[in-house]
Amino acid sequence: MAVKPRIKLDKKEAKKGDLVEVKALVSHVMENGLRRDASGNVVPRKILNKFTCTVAGKQVFAADFETAISANPYIQFKFKAQESGPVVLTWTDDDGSTIVGEETITVT
Amino acid sequence: MTSNFNRRQALALGAGAMTAAVFGASSSPALAKNDAEEAIKKFTGGKTPVLGKIKLDLPEIAENGNTVPMTVTVESPMTEQSHVTDVLIVADENPRSGVVTFHFSPASGVAEANTRIRLAATQDVIAVAKMNDGSVFIASKQVKVTIGGCGG
Repeated sequence: MAVKPRIKLDKKEAKKGDLVEVKALVSHVMENGLRRDASGNVVPRKILNKFTCTVAGKQVFAADFETAISANPYIQFKFKAQESGPVVLTWTDDDGSTIVGEETITVT
Repeated sequence: MTSNFNRRQALALGAGAMTAAVFGASSSPALAKNDAEEAIKKFTGGKTPVLGKIKLDLPEIAENGNTVPMTVTVESPMTEQSHVTDVLIVADENPRSGVVTFHFSPASGVAEANTRIRLAATQDVIAVAKMNDGSVFIASKQVKVTIGGCGG
């Protein structure tokens, strides 16, 4: 089942030096490894543990998530508009798989 | 009332009374039950953080510990010469203290991030910020939690 993140930039075009706000939401259970199922067995940990955002190939923000990040993790941050290009958001699961979303920023 | 002896001892060396007051004022009578202090020490490399520069925005009372909105902002010009590099967030009474670590750079523009966190019970959320010049800052906020959010 493909998981598509929901990404919103507060502006698609920016002047160089402007701050662009990014909001992103992705569906993920963020299983913290402390919960027990109906039979009393511990449900193993499975979270998205890393988030990165690059703009025109350069990292502008990153976060290491621990098990205390809520399910369906939400992240909001800003970056300084420098050059036009893809805004790529990547979440990495404990199992190594990734969820990627992309937007574009045009800088004048 | 004895409160957070370990943390007080650790922080008393540096910023002294001011820092200790942060924890004394807002923490519960019990000692930190988890590895929060070790996590902070590991992050700072043993350096004593100074109170200030960080704005930690959390509700006074969280109705649902499963999803508590949190915004952390660190005062900094975010230039090549002076910027925040990392911000550690720990919760001192969750089963595990680690919540999130944010990584900033001058390209971030501002050292600010917002996310939603899980809090098991009423406790302090502590933010520690590292700057590119090696200086370290700290702030904490108590959140009262009515329904705990760690699935236990």
